[in-house]
Order: sequence, then C-alpha cells, then structure tokens
Amino acid sequence: MSTTYDLAVIGGGVHGSTCALFAARGGMKVALIERGPLCREASGVNAGTLTMQMTRVALIPYALRAHAMWANASEWLGHDVGVVVCDGLSLAFTEQEEELLSFRAGKRREAGAPIELISGADALRVEPGISDKVRLAGYCKVDGYANAYLTGLAFRRALLGAGVDLMENTPASGIDREESGFAVKTATGVVRAKRVVLAGGVWIEPMLGWLGIDLPIKTLINQLVVTERVRPVMRTVVGIANGLLSLKQYPHGTVVIGGGWQGIGDRERGGVELMPDRIVGNVRLACHAIPELKDARVARAWAGLEAETADALPAAGPIPGIPDAYVCGSVHSGYTSGPYIARLLADRILGHEPALPLFPIDRLLNSGDAERGPQ
Amino acid sequence: MSHDVIILGAGPAGANAALAAAETGLKVALFDQQPEAGGQVWRAPLPGLALPASPEKAGGDALRARLAASSVDLRLGRTVWSVGAHFRLDALGPDGNETVEAPRLIAATGAHERVVPFPGWTLPGVIGLAAATVLLKSHGALPGQRVVVAGCGPLLAAVATGIVKMGGTVVAIVDLAGPGDWLRLLPALATQPRLLARGAGWALKLGGKRVPVHFRHGVRAALGADAVARVRLAPVDAQGAFTAGPEITLEADALTVGHGLVPGNELPRLFRTEQTFDRRRGGFVPVLDAFGRTSLDGLYACGDGAGLRGVLVAEAAGQLAGLACAHDAGALTAAAFAERTKAPAAAAAQARPFSDAMAGMMALRPAQVAAIPPETVVCRCEDVTRAEIEAAYDDGARDLNQMKQFTRCGMGPCQGRFCGDVAGEILAAKVGSREKVGTYTARPPLRPVPLADLMGSFDYGDIPIPRPAPL
Repeated sequence: MSTTYDLAVIGGGVHGSTCALFAARGGMKVALIERGPLCREASGVNAGTLTMQMTRVALIPYALRAHAMWANASEWLGHDVGVVVCDGLSLAFTEQEEELLSFRAGKRREAGAPIELISGADALRVEPGISDKVRLAGYCKVDGYANAYLTGLAFRRALLGAGVDLMENTPASGIDREESGFAVKTATGVVRAKRVVLAGGVWIEPMLGWLGIDLPIKTLINQLVVTERVRPVMRTVVGIANGLLSLKQYPHGTVVIGGGWQGIGDRERGGVELMPDRIVGNVRLACHAIPELKDARVARAWAGLEAETADALPAAGPIPGIPDAYVCGSVHSGYTSGPYIARLLADRILGHEPALPLFPIDRLLNSGDAERGPQ
Repeated sequence: MSHDVIILGAGPAGANAALAAAETGLKVALFDQQPEAGGQVWRAPLPGLALPASPEKAGGDALRARLAASSVDLRLGRTVWSVGAHFRLDALGPDGNETVEAPRLIAATGAHERVVPFPGWTLPGVIGLAAATVLLKSHGALPGQRVVVAGCGPLLAAVATGIVKMGGTVVAIVDLAGPGDWLRLLPALATQPRLLARGAGWALKLGGKRVPVHFRHGVRAALGADAVARVRLAPVDAQGAFTAGPEITLEADALTVGHGLVPGNELPRLFRTEQTFDRRRGGFVPVLDAFGRTSLDGLYACGDGAGLRGVLVAEAAGQLAGLACAHDAGALTAAAFAERTKAPAAAAAQARPFSDAMAGMMALRPAQVAAIPPETVVCRCEDVTRAEIEAAYDDGARDLNQMKQFTRCGMGPCQGRFCGDVAGEILAAKVGSREKVGTYTARPPLRPVPLADLMGSFDYGDIPIPRPAPL
C-alpha cells in the first residue's frame, strides 16, 4: 500500500498493456489495473484484422508502423499472437463500389498505404477463392491478421516479464488527485502513482469523468461470426469497398466474418444481443465474396465493443489541465494501430519526443472552432 | 407478436408446457430440432422404421397424439439459431428461415451427455450411453456386436437391455457404483414401483443372459489401432478414484460409456439469468421459482435443462411452467392457477425421492476427473488435453473463458457443451470452486448452422449494406 508507482495504467487492453510494457521497459515502476482479465474486451474479441484498407486515412502512417510491430511481435512482445502477414483485397462488385474504392484507395495511397487497384481477373490470381463477379479490387501487400484471443496471454507474459504489477480482476472506481500524483481507488484498495494513463476503451468516458472531464465516447457494437474449421477456401484478408466486411481464414481452418455490422448492447452490459437480420446480411456479403464459404457452418457469433470519438480519431495524449494524466484509446481499427500509438504515448511519458504526433483530446473538449488533431 | 408463448424443446417438459399453456387458450409455438416430439426419453423411431413396442415408444406416441390433437403450432425439424430479447426466435426449417415472436419463452432444452475422458475415449467405436439410446430407440441400430456398457446411473441397464433385445452381445456392464449403492437407494426407488419394476425387469433379463457386471469399476482405457478392440477396467472407490486391484481387459468392438448428464441451459445463460452450481443436478442451473420462472421477466425453464430430475419431474415441471405462463399472460386467474397447479405440484413432489436418487447416481465424481491422465484429450473438438488446461492455469487463467482463449478449449463445433463441465472441474480443482471458474459465455447459434441455409437465395443489391465507415 505504501508503494508509489511511477505510472498507473487503468485498462488492460492493447493500448493500456502496450503503454505499461514500454513504460516499464523504460525504467518506470508500473501498475496495470484491469477490471477483468487482460485483453478480454475489444482487444481480445475483435476480428484480428491488421489491414490498411479499413484504416482511417489520418491513421495510415501509424497503422503501417503498427503493422510492422505486429509482424515482429515475437521481438518486442516476446510471444506469438498468431500473426500472419498476407495480401489483402478490398473488392468492388458494382460500378458505384468501383468509384468508392478508387476514391478511398487513392486517399489511403496518398497517406502512404501501398494499395494498388487491380482488375477482377488479377484479383482472382491473387485470391483464387474470390467470386468472379469482382470488377475491381484494392490490393495491398501490407495486410494480415492476428489471433485476437491470444493477445491477453501474450501481453500477460510480457508484462510480468517486464516487472509490471499486474492487477487483474480489479475494477477501479475513481481517482483522487493528491499532491504527489494520483490515488486510484480500486475494489481491493488504493493504488498511488505519480502519473496515470486512462486506457479503458469505451470506458474512457466514465474514467475521464472521475477527473471532471466530459468527453463523449460512442460505443459501437460490432457483430462477428466464426465458422467451424473448413478446408482452405481463401488465403488473403478480404474486404469490400465500403469497409463493411472483413474476412479471413485462420491456419487452423476457421473463417472469421466481420466488418462492423451493429448488434445491440452498451458500455454497461457489453454486446448483449445480435441482430439476426444483420448476421444474415454479413454472411451473404461474405459468401458473395468467397462463394466456397457457403459449405461451412457457423459455430459462434458474438459482439465486441469499439470506442469512437466525435471525429472518429484517437484520444491519445495528455489530459488538458491535469499534469501527468494521460488518455490512450478510441483508435479506429484500434487493434491494428493500437500498439504503435500506445508506444508513442509511452515515449512521451518517458520524456522522449514521440516519432509521430499524438492525438490530444483538446480538440474534442473545446467548441467547434478549436484546433483539429492531425488530419 | 406472432404467438403468446414460444417453447424450445419438445421433450416431456416442453411438450407438457405447450399442452398446458394451449389448454388455457394461449397461442403456443413449440420448436424442436428433431422431426418428432418426444425429446430423448421418448424419442421416435426414424420414419419408416418399425421397432418393437416399449414403454418409451408408448409414452412418446401418446404425447405425440395429444400434441397433434391440440392447438399447439408445432415447429419440428427446426434448428433454432438465434434467440433475441422480448422474445424473437429465428430457426432454419424446411422452408428456410422463420421468425416467431412472443412475450414469453420457455426453455425446455434437455441435457447433454457427460463422458469423463480416459485414454482412448476418442477412438471410433466409443460412444456415449445416451447416444447409444438414440441409436437403439431411433435408428434401431446396435453400437457394435460385442459391446461393453460402462459408466453410471440407470442408463447402464437400459442400454444393456436394449442391446440384448436387438440381438447384440453385452460383453459386460461396468458400473462405477457398487451393489450397496443401489441397495441404499431402494427405499427411494420404491416410491415409483412401476419404474422400480422396470429396472428389476432389466436386471432379470440381463441376469438371464448371464451378462457379467463389474461393480465399482471404471474404464481405465479403450485400446485399439484404428477402432476400439479392447477395454481395460480397474476397480474404483466410492468417489470414483481408481484403487489398487487387478485390472480386467475385455475384448469388444464397441464401448458405450456415460457418466451422467449435464443440463443444457444455454438459453438462460444467453440471457444472463441468475445461475447456481448444483452438483446433484448436473452442474450450473438457472435459479427458478416453484413454477419455473427465471430471474428474467418472461423467461421460464423446465425439464432436465433446468437441472436433472428425470422424466417424471419434467412432465410436471412442464405443466407448471405452461400454467405459470398462462397466469402471467392473464389467461388464468390466480384462483384457477392455484387449482390447476395442485396436481402437477403434487406429482413433482411425489417423484422427488426417485428423481433425487437417480440424479445422485449420475452426479460427477470429482475423483474421477482427478484421475484423467495429463496427455488425455478433454476438448475433442479442438484436441485440448488436461495438461494444456492446467498449463493455462499456470499462465494465469482463472476462469473458463480465459482458459478457453489461452487454449481453444471449447471453441469448436460443440461450443463447450461436451467438455465444459469436465474442463470446469479441472480448472476448479486449481482455482478453488466451480462458481469462481464459471461457465463458458453462451452465444448464438444454439446449434451450428450451415452458411448456405442461413443466407438462402439473394441478390447482391438487396443486401442492406450499412453506410461506409468514416474515411
């Protein structure tokens, strides 16, 4: 109880865990406080896609660097998260989708994503599993996926190895500011630290509320479907022009179908209910893209939470007006970009200049004429 | 709303719930995956198959006749894949997807088989005891020509008799319990003279065929190159732990083995109703009032899926749940409800000693789980061994869902229905209790469904694709 940590991170998803890991490796004494087990919300139940073709343009430089981190997870994380680097395709089936795809791929390309536009015939050569109805495809060699459910295991081992005090199953209920820092109130006692990082995903909103800051965070309820193991039906990550499909087959044979079709739920209850019509819609889209998939059976469907700020850009940086308090999260396609953005914040906390700008939340707290974050 | 009440499961509990609710004038939809009502205990023979008369067939035929004559909307041969709040149910049937809605839902989904793993249990030729009853009752087929019947509880004698009746050879019955265990139950069993007489009949029939019975023995291993060829037995103590003593090896081409049943309570778990762990009742069960109401308004549960009590209690509990629905829907006055529930409540009470005795014989014996060798597969969908489950504990997994993420245990087609109880027991031995370890999170679909059936036929242009994500 008498220990004062250099840093307390609240929230043990990809953002909080990465931030805690690099801060500890930078020499800080770190506590990581998580209400459940590590990486069991968005960071553990998402579709695991590591793609540029669904990433926001402003995040492409971050996502490219994060992709490299995931690809080398064994080097910095020390443990395998089942990352497979492979080609990615974003498909257009209609003229309208061709236009959308050309525009979106163009913008992402300008931001640095190595996306080429290829014909349907060329796309079939890249991915023999796709439908012959493809008219145009975005083709990117920087793509792939992780086994999201292994994230918690990997970070758990790494954090313990780095000497982080891991406080799992320890809900935090508030923060008091003290002269020398912060007192985090938890179910099992008070944790004192000179600095805090709020990395609670969709729970960043109530966490900031503890410090008197009102930052609305929208909760998305993303539906996902996984099939039983089936023979190989595809070898790439497949999406569609508007981003509402993500599809990949894992080495063990299961196919995960996602894309952000919305279920029912909220921050308090999680993803409580799936919309059957939207499962059917998502499945139709998947089978339209990869026709052979129709022979598989659905083993499980679920819903995971995703956090989104008003401008759908991250909340990652210092908390205005409260020295030594930081926020880290709400990153769109956060699983892909999360490790890099959280690492930037850890650099900042360690007193180094981050290699790329952070996303301070000042822009979201002031009125409309406030400065915008990086675009 | 298309109906007043939806009932999932057309076994003794669900069918009686449907009849009781329909008699009060409620519009009832009754769903089951099987093409005929009856559940497992009264499972109908496959169409066109003429099987010899049996009390199960007679009981099932009577129930099916009552349902046919009732106003119940029978939705049989349906695979329910989605169950939503207030309540919406989606099922795949002969004409594709169908959706029904009702303010009340009764879960009567029965039980799953439990097999406590042992080396060789995944060999071809090894099947569950309950699975063997399906083969016998529904398919009129034998599990093998020379069969070892092993495990615990009343299914041992039922399956062995069924095999003998169909001309197969029962090499031996291997019972975890001893004669003394059965004798101690006699007073409780005698409360149901008809069932006791049936059990005695089985015993006589098997005695007449000189079927050897190895009491207080368990299966140590099933052996064989490509299929089971031999079964090795060893003596066990009252807790199911193997003890010193001579092992017995039997030649056989099939082993039917089962160690009781586990309540199939996915529906209450899907709705996150209050649960409690009850070892006698087979595991985690929903907390219910005397009429089957769960902690969620409008959701009821009855039958073995709500805790193992057997067919007699299931029939009564089904009637009670059906009447409770009718009362809650305003179709029965409080007085009429009190009057009509008297008989089923009395029947349930009368069946209780017998039901408790049988459930006790089938409850999981922790020492038996403790005896599973480290390299033995526990999750057969994903080939996860006992050692891997324990390694996940060493890596920090403290509940079933975390262990599942570390190992893939329970991620396969059965979604943990088969391994969840034993895996929970293995982890609980380390963590401290089954309550702490919890249950796998229940998710749709309730049973695996083919994508082809789910999507039906469609035009790409008709897919309601949501707005693009922000660029």
